[in-house]
Amino acid sequence: MKFEHYGIGIAKGLTVTIRHLFRHPVTVQHPEQRLNTSRRIRGNELVWSRDRCTGCATCAKTCPQGVIQIVTSVDLVGNKYEVAKYEVDTGYCISCGLCVESCPYGALFMGYAYERAKYRRNELVQGKEDMMLESGKKQPSGYFYPEIARELPRQTLLVERITEKA
Amino acid sequence: MMLKTEPFVLNIGPVHPSTHGVFRMRATLDGEVIIGLEPVFGYLHRGIEKLAEERTYGGVIPLTDRLDYLASMSNNLAYVLAVEKLAGISVPERAQYLRVIMAELQRIAAFLIAVGAFINDCGAFFTPFLYMFREREKIVDLFEMVSGQRLLYNYMRIGGLSQDVPDEFFPALDRFVRQMPAFIGEYERLLKENEILLARAKGVGILSQEKAVNCSMSGPVLRASGVKWDIRKVDPYLVYDRFEFDVPTGSVGDCYDRYRVRIEEIRQSLRIIKQAMEQIPSGAVKSDVPHLIHPPAGEAYAHIEAPKGELGFYLVSDNSIAPYRCHVRAPSLMNLTTLREMIIGWKIQDAIIIFGSIDITMGEVDR
Amino acid sequence: MIANFGLDLERYWSALPPELPPDWPGGFWWHWLVFTIIIIAFVLGLVMGFIWLERRGMARMQARLGPNRVGPLGLLQPVADAIKVLLKEDIVPDKADKIVHWLAPVVAFAPVLMIFAVIPFQNGALLADLNIGILYVVAISSVSTLGIFMAGWASSNKYSLLAAMRDVAAVVSYEIPVVLALVGVVLLAGSLSLNEIVKAQQIPFILLQPLGFLLFFIGGSAEINRSPFDLLEADSELVAGFHTEFSGMKFAMFYLAEYAEALFLSAIIATLFLAGWRGPLLPPWLWFLIKIIGVFFVIIWIRTTVPRVRIDQLMALAWKFLFPLALINLIITAIQVLAWPEALPWAMIPVNIAIMATLVLLWSKLFKLGWGRVEV
Repeated sequence: MKFEHYGIGIAKGLTVTIRHLFRHPVTVQHPEQRLNTSRRIRGNELVWSRDRCTGCATCAKTCPQGVIQIVTSVDLVGNKYEVAKYEVDTGYCISCGLCVESCPYGALFMGYAYERAKYRRNELVQGKEDMMLESGKKQPSGYFYPEIARELPRQTLLVERITEKA
Repeated sequence: MMLKTEPFVLNIGPVHPSTHGVFRMRATLDGEVIIGLEPVFGYLHRGIEKLAEERTYGGVIPLTDRLDYLASMSNNLAYVLAVEKLAGISVPERAQYLRVIMAELQRIAAFLIAVGAFINDCGAFFTPFLYMFREREKIVDLFEMVSGQRLLYNYMRIGGLSQDVPDEFFPALDRFVRQMPAFIGEYERLLKENEILLARAKGVGILSQEKAVNCSMSGPVLRASGVKWDIRKVDPYLVYDRFEFDVPTGSVGDCYDRYRVRIEEIRQSLRIIKQAMEQIPSGAVKSDVPHLIHPPAGEAYAHIEAPKGELGFYLVSDNSIAPYRCHVRAPSLMNLTTLREMIIGWKIQDAIIIFGSIDITMGEVDR
Repeated sequence: MIANFGLDLERYWSALPPELPPDWPGGFWWHWLVFTIIIIAFVLGLVMGFIWLERRGMARMQARLGPNRVGPLGLLQPVADAIKVLLKEDIVPDKADKIVHWLAPVVAFAPVLMIFAVIPFQNGALLADLNIGILYVVAISSVSTLGIFMAGWASSNKYSLLAAMRDVAAVVSYEIPVVLALVGVVLLAGSLSLNEIVKAQQIPFILLQPLGFLLFFIGGSAEINRSPFDLLEADSELVAGFHTEFSGMKFAMFYLAEYAEALFLSAIIATLFLAGWRGPLLPPWLWFLIKIIGVFFVIIWIRTTVPRVRIDQLMALAWKFLFPLALINLIITAIQVLAWPEALPWAMIPVNIAIMATLVLLWSKLFKLGWGRVEV
């Protein structure tokens, strides 16, 4: 193998790298600078609506991992199922979103939050109260719910963030 | 006087910076020259094919994400095509176009990683790798916008897509497609004529045309050996017969040709995306398919041109809600079959770049 | 008290006299002490600066930010790294040769520090103005290879051993073209003392010796194992090369030695080819510093851009390209010095550059790099 171009190829490469020295870096510094995530983000938590849920357990049947536990009792007065226990072990959840898509009553949402690191595994289990939409603490994501997605902040895109030409 | 020498065994991997996962090469060395090689894999075996038998047809889609985790969209696509063939489900036109766009974007993203990692194996200190990750990031942003996640998209559904793309998708995609050629030009300036890369990659790890065909190689590795074989051309699926694109081929079949073929593939993928953006109709993106389907008993095989080669899913149905058997024809595994022949006789440094130029993902090899 | 030792501090901190000072001004021991402290501070400080410069500069060339958390602009990052590394457990492999493993970092680092004894920071400001300066540099700089080989051997790790073998092969081969390139400079300057060489550079020798500079730069990069010749710590092949099995302070010593070698190469290039401390307006030591940092930046820049060469290509480059060119360069320089000693230096610049271009183009046609596949 010969040096065919007498170093011209390397010189060309050097111009590319030196030009990058004067460009803005692409990376952001996470805790201070935050990019908006997708409006449809499938965050690592679920948000559940007590009022809409009928306890049909379609979500539990659809879940490929089988992490949704649902226990219901019959409410004879209201003529419906009373959800006694609704528990998701997010440690086993793969955030595939199939449960949200399958819910016939629109009672389950993916969460918008994505920073749910915990110190212990059992803290990852989300109980009924923890994931209730009505408590107002949880922001559902727009995954499969375009009307929620419209309200959420617009996603930051790298294509729009980098204005410099190549 | 001849010194007494003896060969020694070097375990490259399973924990090694350049094995792209947990691959292990048990190399016998004579000095720097590799005189024997035994590829060992199976460190990442998760039994995905068996797991698929216990899940509903829809529930397998998240599993396919985890095969080639650098090209989840392609895996999704291959699987849903197989299920649709098995159950005879038709897909709306808009969904087909969107699938094409997603698959081509995924191909670009995977090729960028493949080339970047290959140059990194050649010893460039992360520069091309990071430049290419920057462009991949833009694609991942688009995928995040449509599917909500950045790596395991789980976007395709049996009979279409999970949801239509949001309004801001096409402006952003248009911007990306217009920006991208300039960035490819930048990579070309950085790498194409670099003397050291030429010296390292040209003529190294040659895979002859005959051998490539006999060993059922596919994808860029096969095309670099000069075989014009692309599933999108020879057995068009979705709406690929409506697009105009070329199949780039190499001439020698060395590492450099494989790198060139991948860069040309990116250009062709951009061309397809451009045409798809012009032709895309409006309408529904999912046909009316129930959550649980019972395909008639039988079998089906569907294959696509994934970034790494021909990705096929073979499904057998016994008319229940779960596949009776699911087999994945993984291009990474098939492409590894000639690794030994390609590496023997070269030096350790060549072994690393030959392995890098095949571009495998261990998730797909071991399944 | 101080007066008893006859120290004239004034002479050190005010500008030194332009003429060469007498040997050991201010008494031998005081001179030794002051310059030893200066050299250690200079090397350690600049190595920290280099680590920062490399990480930040490289990061910006790769469209990232680089370390910017510790101190202003991340300037204290090397300090934080040093503290981290010092507090780490010192792990010695079970089958290692314990004594050699312990000695290796010292043997690798100490010679690099010793080289700076003969490098003039400004006129006459050097620890020892040896009249065989260049010979000393060449001799001492090879010793640290021994440290690297010891490290590779003692770790009882195959990767380390391969790296050590590569290093010895590379250094032995590249020593020859590097020394031959240096001889051209010596011929022009007529002295082996680095201070005299700087004084002889009315115009920087890079213009009079462009080919010598090219050869020295390539060969020097190979000798200090910087990219594209960083085969012995090829992270994509040999994990971490010779220091795979080193941790804690021992690893820090290797890291320090690596950057100190880069500093030494930059300093030697600045001294021999870029007119050392000479320069208008600014104080001489600042000129010297600027030149060192400039040369080091080019090294970083190249490291950012190029892939790594293969071992046989590395050897072929040394023996088939650099070595013959260095010999030709030496002969041409000798003829020029002998035949036209009075010729205007300015007239020689275009001639020499033309000679360099012709030779490089011609020789590229003539030699083949490597032989590729071996039949087994």
